[in-house]
Amino acid sequence: MGKSKISVIIAREFAIRVKKKSFILTTLLTPILFAALMVVPSLIAVYSGGEEGLEIAVVDRSGIVMPYMQNDEEFVFTQVEDMDIEQLKGGMDSLGYFAVVGISELDSSKNVSVVTYSKKQMNMDLKNRISRNVEEAVEDYKLKGYEIPQLEQIMSDIESDVRLQTYTLDDKGEEKVSKVEIFMAIGYIASFLIYMFIFMFGSMVMRSVIEEKTTRIIEVIVSSVKPFQIMMGKILGVASVALTQFFIWIVFTLLIVTVAGSVLGLNDAAQTVAAASPEIPVEEITAAVQSEGDGFLQALKGVNYIQIIACFVVYFALGYLLYSSMFAAVGAAVDNEADTQQLIFPITMPLIIGLFLMLHTFQYPDSSLSFWGSVIPFTSPMVMMARIAYGVPAWELALSIGVLVLTFVGMAYLSGKIYRVGILMYGKKPGWKEIWKWLKY
Amino acid sequence: MGIITCSNITKKFGKFTALNSVSLNIPKGEIFGLLGPNGAGKTTLIRIINQITLPDSGELMFNGAPIRPDAVESIGYLPEERGLYKKMKVGEQAIYLARLKGMSTREATAELKEWFVKFGIQGWWDKKVEELSKGMAQKIQFITTVMHKPQLLILDEPFSGFDPVNVNLIRKEILALKEQGTTIILSTHNMESVEELCDSIALINKSNLIITGKVDDIRRQYGNNHVEVIYRGESPVDIAMAPVSVVSDELYKGNRRAVLDVQKDATSAQILGELIKGNDIVSYQELMPRMNDIFIKLVTNN
Repeated sequence: MGKSKISVIIAREFAIRVKKKSFILTTLLTPILFAALMVVPSLIAVYSGGEEGLEIAVVDRSGIVMPYMQNDEEFVFTQVEDMDIEQLKGGMDSLGYFAVVGISELDSSKNVSVVTYSKKQMNMDLKNRISRNVEEAVEDYKLKGYEIPQLEQIMSDIESDVRLQTYTLDDKGEEKVSKVEIFMAIGYIASFLIYMFIFMFGSMVMRSVIEEKTTRIIEVIVSSVKPFQIMMGKILGVASVALTQFFIWIVFTLLIVTVAGSVLGLNDAAQTVAAASPEIPVEEITAAVQSEGDGFLQALKGVNYIQIIACFVVYFALGYLLYSSMFAAVGAAVDNEADTQQLIFPITMPLIIGLFLMLHTFQYPDSSLSFWGSVIPFTSPMVMMARIAYGVPAWELALSIGVLVLTFVGMAYLSGKIYRVGILMYGKKPGWKEIWKWLKY
Repeated sequence: MGIITCSNITKKFGKFTALNSVSLNIPKGEIFGLLGPNGAGKTTLIRIINQITLPDSGELMFNGAPIRPDAVESIGYLPEERGLYKKMKVGEQAIYLARLKGMSTREATAELKEWFVKFGIQGWWDKKVEELSKGMAQKIQFITTVMHKPQLLILDEPFSGFDPVNVNLIRKEILALKEQGTTIILSTHNMESVEELCDSIALINKSNLIITGKVDDIRRQYGNNHVEVIYRGESPVDIAMAPVSVVSDELYKGNRRAVLDVQKDATSAQILGELIKGNDIVSYQELMPRMNDIFIKLVTNN
């Protein structure tokens, strides 16, 4: 009997929310936003610059720089000898040059000066490249001037290629490529979403409790069903709304990303990246990381999404259960939403502390503060999500989830007592003392 | 044996005693008035019968056995403060409430349709409650209270908020339910409806049961044993051998009206038998005190 009635309550709580226009809109529109967030950076990575084979005219009066100008897919440097800078400037459009670079003759101290002209703003990347190439040419020329024997040998000895590649070792001692920025981004997004959703769905429970109390229908319902079952039915009903919404979000987002990916030709890029899994030899990763765009995609692929999504759902669900039972108790204690201000403080405070701990955790995922933050149940949903992408030992996860479950059970018991008394109390706004008494009725 | 039997029920909230060792019996098939001033403890007692609140001590029997959780399905409760979900449609909402009382969706739909026809409100099914007037919503709430055919119906001020036409409609339904064997607890401040509808009452004041019993017995108990005789004639009533003494005797709408104090143990038959010999009697009736007066007397003296 009890079970079937709680399911009747869950079904109502679910149905009234899912039928709302606002639910349908946010559920359908949010995946488009998510997909845009995922697709746009990849698009930028793949099509950075966008245009290809832009020609840049170089007037090299020094005679030493031109061999150092490096062409790539985007820019091609062409030496122009039969025109001077002024002519080139005037005929940039008709000659089809993107920019003109003028390099002066070597002066007395063997330096050159460089001027560039372009119609469109040159980006930092191109400017840096030109000045780097010119500097290299001048340095080499100066070095040669010292006529050091075996110069080339010495130079290639000196030339060093230091690339910083960080690894973290997992339990089995295997190497994982550490992609701190990506982890930070994922952790930040995940824990912020958990914070937001706990707040959003928790206060949904609270408002719904207040509504039943102010419309007085609660007295009828409570004559049919036990208060604790009403409270849990409400909490679980809203939880099922949240999980339905997440499910639709995840499926739609993946769908849109896949479709958009194949339409926009992102798949090739993704394929090459997929090959670069964390197990591949160092050289390949280094090669992949060299190009910024590829590195980003590759790093994205290296993240264990299944684990992150699973943890997200588990920590949201448990965090929500814990906090929503507190929200329900507050809703039961007051007569209207305006009175919740004071009572809601012990709910918002730990949530906000959790948010701050999460920011700390990005910087120091393995500090003891981060550890305790991810074990203490009131902050663990947020803090653990910040740590999860860095890799968390299984026992810590088990401990954190276990503590969270136990705290929820205890909190549901206490909230149930407050709820039971509160829903039938009208009139004066209860203080802490009053609520403490309710626990003992 | 009554449908509800309370023995020494006590309920405290902190230091405040809401019910102090209340014992009463609610006979099956009766309309039972639960009376008392505001804050006397009526709502607490109703909530205990509904198992919303547990008593601190004492025993509550339902149909002769200690009350069980599933008794809620045999009880219908109309609280004084009415309320429905404003945004929910009437039909959906009524079915929801019926399912919480253990009915299936199909049973509830069939039963509801009947009630909607009976009240002539078929068009309301898909309306939201917020579109209804207060009186309309009250009707819906009355239906949701009785639709699962409870053995025991608890109605807290069932007539408040209704116009006279609807008061009559609800009164008719209450009497029809009584006909069908439903026991009804009627909590009200309207003493006229107590006199008219209730078989028995209990009066609670300041957490204590003051009196309980049949309405007629209580009225007699608190009356001063007077009878009223209206008769045709010019001269004062001739009491001759009747076992009474005259309290007052005056002209009354073309006739005369005498109030007589009846001696102990005298029956109406004896009195009338003697009176009829010397007087042309138009009417004869016991003068019973109004429930209203008994209520005020008991509550203020307490």
